[in-house]
Amino acid sequence: MLHTLTSPLLRAGLTAMIAFRALRRNKLRSTLTALGIIIGVASVVAIMAVGRGTQRRIQDQVSSLGSNLLIVFSKSRRTNAAAAGSAESSNLTLEDVEAIRREVRSVKAASPEVTLNAQAVAAGRNWSTTIAGESPGYLRIRDWPLARGSMFTEREVRSVARVAVIGSRTARELFGPLNPVGQTVRIKNMPFTIIGELESKGAGMGGANQDDRIVIPYTTAMRRLTGDKYPRLVTLQISSDGLMSAAQEQVTALLRQRHRLTDGRKNDFDIVNQKEIADTVNSITTMLTYLLGGIAGLSLLVGGIGIMNIMLVSVTERTREIGTRIAVGAQPRDILLQFLIESITLSLLGGAIGVALGYGVSAAASMIPNFHPSVSMGSVVVAFGISFIVGVFFGFYPARKAANMNPIAALRFE
Amino acid sequence: MSTTVIELTDMRKTYRTGDVEVHAVNGVSLRIERGEFVAIMGSSGSGKSTLMNMLGCLDQPTAGSYLLDGVDVAKLGRAELSRLRNQKLGFVFQSFNLLARTTACENVELPLFYTNPHVPLRERRQRAINALEMVGLGARLYNHPNQLSGGQQQRVAIARALVNNPELLLADEPTGNLDTRTSIEVMGLFQALNDTGITVVMVTHELDIAAYCKRTIVMRDGKIIRDEANTTRTFASDQRAALDASEQHADLA
Repeated sequence: MLHTLTSPLLRAGLTAMIAFRALRRNKLRSTLTALGIIIGVASVVAIMAVGRGTQRRIQDQVSSLGSNLLIVFSKSRRTNAAAAGSAESSNLTLEDVEAIRREVRSVKAASPEVTLNAQAVAAGRNWSTTIAGESPGYLRIRDWPLARGSMFTEREVRSVARVAVIGSRTARELFGPLNPVGQTVRIKNMPFTIIGELESKGAGMGGANQDDRIVIPYTTAMRRLTGDKYPRLVTLQISSDGLMSAAQEQVTALLRQRHRLTDGRKNDFDIVNQKEIADTVNSITTMLTYLLGGIAGLSLLVGGIGIMNIMLVSVTERTREIGTRIAVGAQPRDILLQFLIESITLSLLGGAIGVALGYGVSAAASMIPNFHPSVSMGSVVVAFGISFIVGVFFGFYPARKAANMNPIAALRFE
Repeated sequence: MSTTVIELTDMRKTYRTGDVEVHAVNGVSLRIERGEFVAIMGSSGSGKSTLMNMLGCLDQPTAGSYLLDGVDVAKLGRAELSRLRNQKLGFVFQSFNLLARTTACENVELPLFYTNPHVPLRERRQRAINALEMVGLGARLYNHPNQLSGGQQQRVAIARALVNNPELLLADEPTGNLDTRTSIEVMGLFQALNDTGITVVMVTHELDIAAYCKRTIVMRDGKIIRDEANTTRTFASDQRAALDASEQHADLA
């Protein structure tokens, strides 16, 4: 009785062997047929990996801004450069910053910011860089350690001191390998004493090099360099993640009140929530990744059609073989299984090679600095699963055609 | 076990093409005993091929009964017919129908793949070798069909037909693609196999090939018009000797 139980499995095993043999006999054709699946799977795996890498990179960049940040822009400054500095336009004032600091309890630190581009000159070398006027809390907000020296203090802000903390790139351009701390750098012909050097942070959002900058007290930047009365923006650090939206509402209410905005009038400032940026960017990259992955998945469909095509050719070519097999005792299901296993083997083999290739592409992409694509197990499983389904789906019709052949006609087929 | 291998009673096969009914086999009754060697003859359209297909369980009769080794074939399903073909019948075709790029041995093993209960690999191989030795190809086990002559290919096909020890060998124009000398060789093999007790039924339209058999059935328009024992039977060994002599004579001339 045992043999009747085991024989279907054994038969399937034997049939698989017949199918493998047939594929081996046609190596070139098998490879070409599987190519569609190979490319499809490889691109799905690689695109998902690159997408994940991109997402992580963006997340890194967003978090390199610091954590739990609200950035307040004055709208007039952002949209209308001509209105800049005009006393009539309502602006974000240093008093606003003080008020926020005083009245919104969850604000841990606030740093008004003024930026300008200027030539920095030191030791006979010239370098065009970003000058950032900030408050002493800036480094803590940005979670940015010093490589050496120290940050300027509140007192230096109040005294409009000409002190500077220099970015690593700028330091390298101006001083080469020398220690810049204690040196003098001239900005707009005004000497600044370098008191600290920042650690390298790499490219920021949008790809700008964050390390190419000189940080000076915002008061100094406004009064001595730009002549601005108002900061361009204010960065607020909120004490905890959960208080972000509450803080955003409080700051909005406070600024509306201070700017005497009646109900129905629009805000004359913008508040950008770092978490929202991160979430938005995240959802965009996720969507893009899936979109591209989906397009790549379409090539799996094309690959499947290729398999079906070749299987149909193969069935026709082997009509006499099928007739012979039926004559010597093969049942229709044996024939069905034989061709189905052939197509599944083709697509799974293609899937396996494709996964390997996808890993390869992702490994090659990881040679780009600061870029770490990672192949997710999920995408491998999905790609494999789809190639299996493709094999079954596109193999079934040709296999059924083979299994339903009339043996008499098949044996006489020329 | 009965000694009757085939028993046909008023067997009919009717094809319908449009409004016209074609009676390919029109009431054939026939009994073939174990150990017989039967030639079925007839011109094309006589119904001999249709009869052969039904004998081979590749086609079902429209009416009448067919007992193969005592089993009523009409009552069997597709799976049981496959099993019957696998275990009780051996097929030899005019065009050999060997699998290309597959060794002689693997070709002969083919029916054993589909045998239930399962035949283990080692036994499959051994039985294939035995069958190939029986047809005199013990030295050609691992040759591919394209490395074999026509006669050798047909002998591989015969070995394939024999590998499952069938009740009945069915041969459809087995010498149709072979020259005279190889035809003698293949017919000699059939005679030798028949001498060991294997029942052989073959379709041919050549009289001199039919003469190797013990009994000749002639068909016309779907009916048997003659069925008689061969009184003057040719033997492959004589034919070969005669052929050799005539060739020698030709060489001398």
